[in-house]
Amino acid sequence: MYILASPQASNFVTGVDRAFLFILGVSFIFLIGLTITMIYFIYRYNRKRNPKATQIKGSHTLEIIWTVIPTILVLVMFYYGWAGWKPMTSPPDDSFEIDVIGRMWNFTFEYENGKKTDTLFIPKDKPIKLNLKALDVIHSVYIPAFRVKEDMVPGRDKFMWFEPQREGIYELYCTEYCGLQHSYMYNWVKVMPQEDFNKWYVDTTQRAAVPIDSPVAAGKRIMTNIGCFSCHSLDGSKLVGPSFKGIYGKEEIVVTNKEERTIVVDDEYLRRSIYDPNADLVKGFNKGLMLSYEGQLTDVEVEQIIEYLKTLK
Amino acid sequence: MQATSKIPTDVSYLEYKGKYKGLLSWILSTDHKRIALLYMYSMMVLFLVGVALGLAMKLELIAPGKTIMEANDYNAVFTVHGVIMIFMIVIPGLPAVFGNFMLPIMIGAKDVAFPKLNLLSWYVYIAGALLVIASLLFGPGTPDTGWTFYAPYSFKTGTNMLPAIFGAFVLGFSSILTGLNFIVTIHRLRAPGMKWTKMPLFPWTLYGTAWIQLLATPVVGITLVLVALERIFGIGVFDPALGGDPILYQHLFWIYSHPAVYVMILPAMGAISEIIPTFSQKHIFGYKAIIASTLAIAFVGYFVWGHHMFTSGMSGTAQYTFSILTFLVAIPSAIKVFNWISTMYKGSIRMETPFYWAASFIFIFMIGGLSGLVLGALSTNIYVHDTAFVVAHFHFIVFGGVGFSFFGAVHYWFPKLYGRMYEKSWANVGWLTFTIGFLALYSPMFYLGMQGMPRRYYDYLEEFHSANILSTLGSWVMTFGLVIILINLYRSSKNGKIASINPWDGKTLEWTVPSPPPVENFDEVPVYGEKDGPYEY
Repeated sequence: MYILASPQASNFVTGVDRAFLFILGVSFIFLIGLTITMIYFIYRYNRKRNPKATQIKGSHTLEIIWTVIPTILVLVMFYYGWAGWKPMTSPPDDSFEIDVIGRMWNFTFEYENGKKTDTLFIPKDKPIKLNLKALDVIHSVYIPAFRVKEDMVPGRDKFMWFEPQREGIYELYCTEYCGLQHSYMYNWVKVMPQEDFNKWYVDTTQRAAVPIDSPVAAGKRIMTNIGCFSCHSLDGSKLVGPSFKGIYGKEEIVVTNKEERTIVVDDEYLRRSIYDPNADLVKGFNKGLMLSYEGQLTDVEVEQIIEYLKTLK
Repeated sequence: MQATSKIPTDVSYLEYKGKYKGLLSWILSTDHKRIALLYMYSMMVLFLVGVALGLAMKLELIAPGKTIMEANDYNAVFTVHGVIMIFMIVIPGLPAVFGNFMLPIMIGAKDVAFPKLNLLSWYVYIAGALLVIASLLFGPGTPDTGWTFYAPYSFKTGTNMLPAIFGAFVLGFSSILTGLNFIVTIHRLRAPGMKWTKMPLFPWTLYGTAWIQLLATPVVGITLVLVALERIFGIGVFDPALGGDPILYQHLFWIYSHPAVYVMILPAMGAISEIIPTFSQKHIFGYKAIIASTLAIAFVGYFVWGHHMFTSGMSGTAQYTFSILTFLVAIPSAIKVFNWISTMYKGSIRMETPFYWAASFIFIFMIGGLSGLVLGALSTNIYVHDTAFVVAHFHFIVFGGVGFSFFGAVHYWFPKLYGRMYEKSWANVGWLTFTIGFLALYSPMFYLGMQGMPRRYYDYLEEFHSANILSTLGSWVMTFGLVIILINLYRSSKNGKIASINPWDGKTLEWTVPSPPPVENFDEVPVYGEKDGPYEY
């Protein structure tokens, strides 16, 4: 089971899983024990076997026993829950800080040296403090493998921290419902050895030097996150903008400076349509509805988008 | 009172011809029994709508990506499902239907204390339901906020926030009036000799519930006023764009909505506390302990709302205080379970459909309650909060708890409601199918939550696929069971065998009046002697 996965991905796993196992263990004992008792009573004291009931109105001793024992057990559960949670509230002073910006529907990670990424790159064995800022509505950063979660609340400064202890790639989800693309608001955490991280960190020319998704999958995720598909369909139907179905290599009549001409959709045309959408407008669609993504998407991301569009036959 | 009454005692409430005929004789009746059925029929219609939406949701989730609808439709579907099920079915459910029908009879009264107010409550309920439904259907778009209407998202979508909360408030008013009516009825109209310590347990839970309804529901009104101030006058209360605090909204929402969970579950526990002794033919075990636990749940239940908000942003002190209170509220529930099971000990158990529902209620309620411990502990809450685990937990409690109890109660009191018996074998088949489907539908969600699948998810990664398939299959089986149950009950109400006064050999007062009861329930007001009691077998 997932909860028993080891080695541990973060410093909180042990504390959380200990509480989880204790509570689940006690729960299973009670559930199974009581269910078996009940089934036995139903069998043993069935009318066929026991035609006459014996009237017993209660027992003070039993009431006291089954009040005191569960009380002790839940207080122990409370303790384990508290003990696993307490360290989550106090990040060490030497934590490596990263700002997380949440908006509908993506996360941006901003490092102290100005690097911005959509994937969280972090060094192993170093306390990481994420400063959480939501721009529009409430989001929530959830990294199940690390057992951490914290809501991002607009207008409030919040944080979460953890120390990744195992190299690897983990899911990071938004888990506070935030509207249309909520279920696509997820990304990845990549935990790297300190040296690899340093190498990646000083290289400020690229935003996402270590590709995690395939280019096609990354392209789809980026387009979903920035909401392309609300105006461009995937099934050939006409929405606000032209459909993406079979777009690559297609012949289109476009309007350039009020003159119509025929072009073939290629890398060059797609790139121009993202950075300068109104330059060559497909005939039959209105000008000015789409704004340029210049500065919002990197060249790498645009390449990934184009790779994805090529697959839409 | 007895002398002045002109209402015949030998005509059942179903056949009685009063001032009005046909439909009017129902919707203008102040008879608590007719009002109870009015509630039941209106809820049944809404419930089927909710079920259909739930099925659509599960079908969408059978595979990743789009299956039958777009994301915005899905978001609207789970919102409407939640709003209907919570505010119109499970909160009013048992008190409005079986509370209305059985409370006066079980305590030996001719009706509730304020019969006209009781009818008004039903109209208020219908008005509230219509308001909420209108806010869902008309206006800029179907709300897609979830039934919690969390700020500031609910303000940003531009959907009908204000009418929806107003509708919830009106529905709440129906609840308040019913609660008030029940409190007065219980205080003033108990049969002579029926001391508090001789009152059956179902009325006791209604009493606890009524106080919660009366005291917690006004918070919805406060919230509504604040939302209105913000929406109409632009005073920043909840919206951070205006300088408000969205966390305040969550507090106010849960200050009402958490006690509302106990409004749902307490009467469900009460009905179980009636069914088990009857079919065991034995005095309930620990009568006073069950009453004490009812009152403890009603009281402590006010102070645990913060456990919905452990990741929202509260002080550490607030967090562990709410955590420890949450654990404390678990104990009275455990005490009830122990007492129910002990009631079966040395009983003479008659295996009938209501008993099957009650026994499976105990099993399902234990799963729901024990999984609640995971959510009450701080560190594990952080891990599975807002995941499918929470969805599983509250469906086990709210649908498993209230639903199983409700169906148990329907079968238990069916002979009294309609004067006919249900068809037993189909009822058992329906129960078994429903239970298997229920477990297959909701158990996989515990696993999904522990895997890390967030809730309110339209689409998901491949690793969550297999458990979702099982869950969807479960939804079909459960619905199939539901259809069997409803068809069987409908047919039996028309041509079932005629029921005797006391088909289960119960000892509470409803089994001393004809099935179905006459309009004023009793020929003569019953009197409890020194040795009488609701569970003296």
